[in-house]
Amino acid sequence: MSKALLYDSTMCIGCKQCEQACAGQNKLRYDEAVAAEQQQSEHKYTVVLTKGDRFMRRLCMNCEDPACASVCPVGALRKTAAGPVTYDADRCMGCRYCMVACPFGVPKYEWSKILPKVQKCTMCPDRVATGQPTACAEICPTGATKFGDRDALILEAQQRIRDNPGQYVNHIYGLTEVGGTSVLLLSGVAFEEFGYRTDISKDPLPVLTYRVLSRIPDFVPLGGMLLGGVWWITHRREEVAAAEGHGSAHGTPDQKERKP
Amino acid sequence: MKLKFTFWKLVFLALMAAGFYATVVRFTQGLGRSTNLSDQFPWGIWIGFDVLCGVMLAAGGFTLTAAVHIFNIKRLRPIVRPTILTAFLGYVLVCVALMYDLGRPYRIWHPLIMRNPHSVMFEVAYCVMLYTAVLSLEFSPIVLEHFNLQKPLKIIRGVLVPLVIGGVILSTLHQSSLGTLYLIMPEKLHPFWYSPLLPVFFFISAIAVGLAMTIFESSMSSRHFGQQLELPILQELGRVLVVVLSVYGILRFEDLLHRGVLKLMFQPGYEMYLFWLEISLSLILPLLLLAQRKVRMSAGGLYLAAVLVVLGFITNRLNVSITGLESAAGLHYIPKWTEVAVTGAIIAAGFALFGLAVKYLPIFPAEKQPAVVEVEAGAATPVLSHAGD
Repeated sequence: MSKALLYDSTMCIGCKQCEQACAGQNKLRYDEAVAAEQQQSEHKYTVVLTKGDRFMRRLCMNCEDPACASVCPVGALRKTAAGPVTYDADRCMGCRYCMVACPFGVPKYEWSKILPKVQKCTMCPDRVATGQPTACAEICPTGATKFGDRDALILEAQQRIRDNPGQYVNHIYGLTEVGGTSVLLLSGVAFEEFGYRTDISKDPLPVLTYRVLSRIPDFVPLGGMLLGGVWWITHRREEVAAAEGHGSAHGTPDQKERKP
Repeated sequence: MKLKFTFWKLVFLALMAAGFYATVVRFTQGLGRSTNLSDQFPWGIWIGFDVLCGVMLAAGGFTLTAAVHIFNIKRLRPIVRPTILTAFLGYVLVCVALMYDLGRPYRIWHPLIMRNPHSVMFEVAYCVMLYTAVLSLEFSPIVLEHFNLQKPLKIIRGVLVPLVIGGVILSTLHQSSLGTLYLIMPEKLHPFWYSPLLPVFFFISAIAVGLAMTIFESSMSSRHFGQQLELPILQELGRVLVVVLSVYGILRFEDLLHRGVLKLMFQPGYEMYLFWLEISLSLILPLLLLAQRKVRMSAGGLYLAAVLVVLGFITNRLNVSITGLESAAGLHYIPKWTEVAVTGAIIAAGFALFGLAVKYLPIFPAEKQPAVVEVEAGAATPVLSHAGD
């Protein structure tokens, strides 16, 4: 059963303990300067955006069918059955196609390093594998970030909206976006206010490229046959022309008549 | 003449020196210091120009080898070698440019063993690698002939047709796949350029640019290396170019129509201006020029049209890879001087290597009389000077 995170922004108090726990889990520097940063970066995988008394987390959505994993030529990024989208730095050659392809702009790069890596939230795969919640969900004092089975969390999110229709935007972000994500969001204000695009595709993005790629195994033998055929026809035509030219010069009229 | 030679030599040295300094900056300071790339804009001109345009400009290789060896159009034979040379140099330089752009260039071989068949990048990596190998084999007879090595020459000639067919298939795949790369970002790429037909557009325009580059090179070579200009051949290429451009133009505008983008074409804005620049250079002006018989039949007219087509599709590739992604990224990307210097040095190296190869290797027909005459004399007579193409 696939795991997921449900973040309910109406329950969030903006304490940023999730940021700190995330940094601790991933061995990233965390101090007041980092805490004040309002964007995800190669040294800050998750951020609690603050607008007045409203909050919204940003982190890797860990898509069900992630564009980043589909485009990675070396399979450094992978979707695990448990939910997390993991990154194997030893495979990565730094083409940055994942960054270009991600619909949420999540993967970040260590631009200042000589041997850079991609950096992003990977949904604590080691913890999730042993049945523990992610670091951010475990530390959350209000339950705004909740870890659990994706199906159960969807039911719970729907229930919360039903119980308090006035409190929520009637939309579970991540339920259907790009085919569904392992991070689900509830909000009291329009998602766009915190930079979440609601106009994005409901279908998984990898389909768009795989539709084309999957034709290659058919194309190669067909193209080879076709080109080989053209070559055969054009050169055969030339042979015939040469033979006929030869025949008319030296052959008898009798031989010529026999040709169709 | 001597002064001109010295001038270009100075330009070359200046470009190489700047490129060398930029190289040092790139590999000692990292990508952040040497480029204007960022998390919002991870691909710049090293991908948009050096790779996308580099591969496109080398498309003459597969277009001409297919025309001569598969479709058996013997009239075009004399220009096969210069186009193979361009293609070979082009692909080698694309690989060089990739070494700058990759964050960890020493892992460029990783796709060989770490496969992800769902990745377009994986497919492009494989095709480019295999096609570079094919091109080096197609190029090898020129070198082997120079050193008079008959045995390997015989082997290459024996496998030439399957080699050419393989090369055409590989080219078709990765020329179109460079367009497929951008299919994954429907939300990011501007509707002028995001289309399900991107792979088709990239492929057809590669053929157009292949033809245009062949015209351009032949004209340049005749000017700088004193090679005979094969006007009837260029006229033939010009005619085919009209057809290819028309097919591309009709598809391009039908696609814009079906996706309901036509109305955007007249709403002034950054993207609109660059869209019209691309369309004017790649379609409107060359088609207007080539539609006139007088222009189509003259060396100067063909040269001008070819240059416009090349510039037009360079604009197209830069629009797809840079212009079209800027508004989604919320910024304007302007390359840093280091990025420009590396690109400039790579182009300069390409021109210099082409010049050296023409000087020392049998690239152009050695005989003074054009090979066309030879072919017309008898189709069955082998063209001796080019038996190994």
